[in-house]
Amino acid sequence: MPINYYIFLAVALFCIGVVGVLTRRNAIIIFMCIELMLNAVNLLLIAFSKMHHLSALALDAQTKAGTEAQLFVFFIMVVAAAEVSVGLAIIVMMYRNIHSVDVNFLNRLKH
Amino acid sequence: MNNLVYLVPLLPLAGFLINGLGRNFLSKPLVSLIGCGVILGSFVISLVLFFDVKSGHNTLANAFEFIRVGKLSIPFAFQIDPLSSLFLLIITGVGFLIHVYSTAYMKEEAEPHFARYFSYLNLFVFSMLLLVMGANYVIMFIGWEGVGLCSYLLIGYWFRNTEYNNAAKKAFVMNRIGDLGFLLAIFWMIQYFGSADFAQVFSKAGIMPSNDKVLVGITLLLFVGATGKSAQIPLYTWLPDAMAGPTPVSALIHAATMVTAGIYMIARSNLLYTLAPTSQGVVAIVGLTTAILAATIALKQNDIKKVLAYSTVSQLGYMFLGLGVGAYTGAVFHVMTHAFFKALLFLGAGSVIHAMHHEQDIRKMGGLSKWLPITHITFLLGCLAIAGIPPFSGFFSKDEILNAAFEKNPVLYYVGLGGALMTAYYMFRLYAMTFRGKFRGTHEQEHHLHESPAPITMPLIVLAFLAVVGGFLGIPEIFAKDAHWLEHFLSPVFAASTERAKHEPMPHSTEWTLLAVSVVLILASVVWAWNKFSRYEDKGIEETGFGKILANKWYVDELYDAIVNKPLRAISVFLNNVVEKSAIDGIVNGFGRVVNYGSRQLRLLQSGQVGSYILLMVIASVVFFIIQLFMK
Repeated sequence: MPINYYIFLAVALFCIGVVGVLTRRNAIIIFMCIELMLNAVNLLLIAFSKMHHLSALALDAQTKAGTEAQLFVFFIMVVAAAEVSVGLAIIVMMYRNIHSVDVNFLNRLKH
Repeated sequence: MNNLVYLVPLLPLAGFLINGLGRNFLSKPLVSLIGCGVILGSFVISLVLFFDVKSGHNTLANAFEFIRVGKLSIPFAFQIDPLSSLFLLIITGVGFLIHVYSTAYMKEEAEPHFARYFSYLNLFVFSMLLLVMGANYVIMFIGWEGVGLCSYLLIGYWFRNTEYNNAAKKAFVMNRIGDLGFLLAIFWMIQYFGSADFAQVFSKAGIMPSNDKVLVGITLLLFVGATGKSAQIPLYTWLPDAMAGPTPVSALIHAATMVTAGIYMIARSNLLYTLAPTSQGVVAIVGLTTAILAATIALKQNDIKKVLAYSTVSQLGYMFLGLGVGAYTGAVFHVMTHAFFKALLFLGAGSVIHAMHHEQDIRKMGGLSKWLPITHITFLLGCLAIAGIPPFSGFFSKDEILNAAFEKNPVLYYVGLGGALMTAYYMFRLYAMTFRGKFRGTHEQEHHLHESPAPITMPLIVLAFLAVVGGFLGIPEIFAKDAHWLEHFLSPVFAASTERAKHEPMPHSTEWTLLAVSVVLILASVVWAWNKFSRYEDKGIEETGFGKILANKWYVDELYDAIVNKPLRAISVFLNNVVEKSAIDGIVNGFGRVVNYGSRQLRLLQSGQVGSYILLMVIASVVFFIIQLFMK
């Protein structure tokens, strides 16, 4: 499959994530949108990695070139998981304090 | 010999430190002993150095490297040659007598102030010694600034009096104007000759053509410095005001030593001036003009010290005339004799003021010869010396200068002779009004009149002796062949100049005629003034017409006030009201207002809405993305 499709999909996912973060007020949905953006990047990394690896294989059947990007994907997934745990904890604390998960209530840093 | 050279300035410095630091716990006799002792020590060493120089051995003592930048090296070096050793003797000798005099004159002061006075006096002598001993212009300049500082401190010695403080400030500011000229001259020399050393500058200048532009510029700038320190037109107005200081200070600083620094400097740079006849002309004209102007003012002054102050300005003018016509020996000779008789006159005036309980107006004196016999006789001798009556010292030195002026241009001689007549007239007016006639003061003052104690009269007697015989060091050719001892002594210093400005000596018949005419005229004006003012009665009449102009010092102070002070003040008011208040304050306040306004607007961005922050972040990312697209 041509690489373009992957890119279009990833960009679409990323934009959906950005728009979601910008427009929604529910903290959990914002969180999900951030995950969406991270996964869009992961998808792109995988797609490019595959592409580079295929082109390298054409020259040398034994090569591992182009596969390093896949490692980053794992890193990102791990970081995202850690972030989710911290973020969810924050959301829980937020709910306990103001009985809502609406981020617009959290504007007390203003003053 | 080198170590002795260092001791000459170090002794007064030590005296300054001891008296200055111990002013609160040293007793007056101890302070006097230290103050006078260190100067006496310097004098004795100066004598040793003098005889060393006399036997033909000059000393160059290099203490340490003072400044070293790139190729320029300025050593802290002292030079003892005939010229500086002569000045050393004048400074320490006359200085010692004045220190002794001060112990009695200042004894009414409280202890800390008494010690403060002596420490200043010692510091002054130290600076003056640096000035004349320095082997390059930079060391000379250090001393030059030091004596200016001490002059300021001592004029404003009674610092609780605002008027005295103003006089001190005036002296300092006037001197600074001159100092700038001196400083620029040094910079120019260093830039052009690559050194400020006397020997190197003179050897490099010696091969330059006469009236070279650089030489004329340097010598004129040096002369600007000299006009400040030595009270010449246009910077002379500080000297009469400087009489606010204690009288011994006037005698030491403003008559005998500091004010002759300019003459020393030009005599030291004689080769430069000989090679720049244009500057020499300027020096001669300025000197002569000052001599005449100050003499006319002195005719109508009633303050005993003011008369002497203007007479000092006038005599300094003669010295510059001497320098200007190439009579370097004559000028230095006059410095020496002037130091004797003017210090004597000032100290005599101090003795009178002391006896009169700080009365300085000669209209309220008269007939003092009855109560102050020693002061009277010594003062009379001083007057005879300054008037130029043979065989007193002033006659020889003034005559030498005037003769040299005649050789250069007879007009200079006639004008100078006119000034000399005025000198004789105002000095004997001063003498007659003070010591002759009837006493015109109050009864209380008359009751307290007394001769001053020995520490005051002894220096008077010594100085009177010197004022009488000092002239025999320079007997002119027409009286006895090769009797001009001073010329022989100083000839190595002025050798290069004499060689370049050779001239035929004038016929002896002319010289005799000039001599006879001047002596007769001077005697006539002495007799006239003596007769006129011995019968002086204080009628309280205001001066009118020309006399009023002279009594008001040609309104020079008012003129300076109008052309310098008033415009300066107007500019300051303008700068304060317009530039400072609207422009500078406007800029400063404007910055504040812009920041204030800007931050108030920026604060609106900080809404606390997470969404808006993220939106800004995204927009910024997109903008940077676009920018980096186009940057490629």
